[in-house]
Amino acid sequence: MATQSRTELLAAYRTMATMRAFEERMHIEFAGGGVPGFVHLYAGQEASAAGVCANLTDHDVLLNTHRAHGPAIARGADIFAVAKEIYCRGEGLCRGRGGSAHLHDTKNGLWAANSGVGSGVALGCGAALAARTRGTGGIAVALVGDGAVNQGVVSEGLNLASIWKLPLVVVVENNGYGEATAAGYAIAGGGIARRAEAFDMPGVQVDGSDYFAVFEAAAAAAERARRGKGPSLIEVEVTRFFGHFEGDAQTYRSRDEAERARRERDCLANFRRTVVAEGILDAGELDLVDTDVADLIDRVYAEAEAAPYPPDDELMEFIYADSL
Amino acid sequence: MPRMRMNQAITAAIRDEMAEDDTVVVLGEDVAAAGGVFKTSVGLLDEFGPNRVRDTPISEMAILGAAVGAATTGLRPVAEIMFVEFFGVCLDQLVTQAAKLHYLTAGAVTVPMVARASVGAGRGFGATHSQTCETWFTATPGLKIVSVWDAAGAYGLLRSAIRDDNPVVFLEPKCAYGNRGDMVRGEEGILPLGEAAVLRSGDEVTLLSLGQMVPVALAAAQMLEAEGISAEVVDLRTLRPWDRETVLTSVARTRRAVIVEENPASGGWGHEPASVIGAELFGELLAPVHRVTTPDVPVPFSRELELNYLPTPEYVTSQVTSLCNTARSPHPWWEEPS
Ligand SMILES: Cc1ncc(C[n+]2csc(CCOP(=O)(O)OP(=O)(O)O)c2C)c(N)n1
Ligand SMILES: [Mg+2]
Repeated sequence: MATQSRTELLAAYRTMATMRAFEERMHIEFAGGGVPGFVHLYAGQEASAAGVCANLTDHDVLLNTHRAHGPAIARGADIFAVAKEIYCRGEGLCRGRGGSAHLHDTKNGLWAANSGVGSGVALGCGAALAARTRGTGGIAVALVGDGAVNQGVVSEGLNLASIWKLPLVVVVENNGYGEATAAGYAIAGGGIARRAEAFDMPGVQVDGSDYFAVFEAAAAAAERARRGKGPSLIEVEVTRFFGHFEGDAQTYRSRDEAERARRERDCLANFRRTVVAEGILDAGELDLVDTDVADLIDRVYAEAEAAPYPPDDELMEFIYADSL
Repeated sequence: MPRMRMNQAITAAIRDEMAEDDTVVVLGEDVAAAGGVFKTSVGLLDEFGPNRVRDTPISEMAILGAAVGAATTGLRPVAEIMFVEFFGVCLDQLVTQAAKLHYLTAGAVTVPMVARASVGAGRGFGATHSQTCETWFTATPGLKIVSVWDAAGAYGLLRSAIRDDNPVVFLEPKCAYGNRGDMVRGEEGILPLGEAAVLRSGDEVTLLSLGQMVPVALAAAQMLEAEGISAEVVDLRTLRPWDRETVLTSVARTRRAVIVEENPASGGWGHEPASVIGAELFGELLAPVHRVTTPDVPVPFSRELELNYLPTPEYVTSQVTSLCNTARSPHPWWEEPS
């Protein structure tokens, strides 16, 4: 099963636990009125970004979605800078210009590319083309949601990636809804993974509460891309624990849907059960990670809330790049 | 000094940049094997090969989206959108991706790409393939917008556009592709973005123009001279960011400004310079800032109607003469009391 070492698995647990704790805390802080703008929480979907990013190097480009916090953490972005960005502070990842939905970190191969959902697939084609043309050895991974797959840009991008055999992996995080609209209502053609067939690329569906399933599917797709065999699509089935955005009344789903997912489809609990049962990691060391993470999150939020805003005289910066 | 048609000059500009910088790539519909529907990339595939000169499916979103992704990861794409109208299906990639990423990332990425398109009326392409659409882009900080009309300008400005680290929309009047003109090839022929050109000096009125209305303004200036009116002609060249200094300096001297535009009167590109000229030079003008435009109708297909639709040198001349003689803005022809 696991092609990862003990150390790597412990790191994967830490990554997922950090994403979860970050979002649980964000939920509380948002309700308390401390968080500006609006935020989309990733809780419940952690195994997706963690399993995918465990297969990526710094040369690879991950094109994020608006549900950006978890994937940014999984990609190794500085979590203090992530929190400060969400709090629009001057020391944020994008110096207060991007915000919750646009977390960008070049050196960790994290691209903010999601203002119109689905665009990441087309941008990913370009990043994959650049990687191949420049011979960097990198690949591109575009994250999109189930709602985004009905964007024309996704179909155009899948087609282009296929005819040009680009080193691209499209990861569709199917959390069942695009805002309030159910995937079952909105998506024709027998599901998302099947759309890959139409574009002549492998399309698989994996259980997003199972870190190992995601990891293996992503490993195969990344390997295929790196070997010059072309793009693939992975549909990761997940359930988000919170609303589409914080403040969402969630009238479109039953009250206990998220509760049931927390009981039955929690990727962290599943991961823990598996690694302990198989004797790979022991419960004590996972508990230690949890304690560590709780302490980290306290420090992250305290620092973010205390951080200065960008100075007023920076308003006109970053409109144009200085040209050659 | 070589003479070239404008489409050849465009090809030459792309070719020369590709030869100097191997990160420059070309993509678009029918740009490779066919050399472009307006023959603006003839020979590039042979010289640079299929990795750098790529035919795409009819997928404007994918073309521009891929250009953005490639531009942020080390290439300099030159993307062709066959007709400017088709930006309508992929505007998100330009306005909300390309123009925003440098800003959103606090300068961490640059987006050095050019999105070229044919524009304009005069060839009987009808309502859906004959607009100029500059104002689809003008309200977007982060974009640069260039419009050309002759070989020398197209060559010099396109080379700068490709070298620029920002997304540039490069507009080419389809009627001007065949215009033959003298040009300077090589480094000396490169023209900076953001600078207007004074093409003819005069001291009683400034004709400010862009794209294929520039030769119309030049012809009008000639006719005005015969009527004893001395007109200066300024080719704005770059619409965003536009060269306020050259324009204001000229109008401060001539004290009259007429903007000649190929777009409907309501919401045309000339509103922006008109408002700035009016605000900056209010007390010094001898007449209101005047705009000569097309009427507020779609571009007609029928040749007779299409030629009526576009401002002609005669029409510009009559408008300017009236403005100079009366110090009032003349009505456009379609509002003239019968
Ligand atoms: C092109 C476009 N249309 C509409 C929106 C508004 N919008 C933001 S998030 C969202 C739902 C996206 O659903 P999905 O792709 O399933 O992602 P999820 O939010 O479920 O993670 C919508 C419609 C948008 N951002 N972009
Ligand atoms: Mg969804």
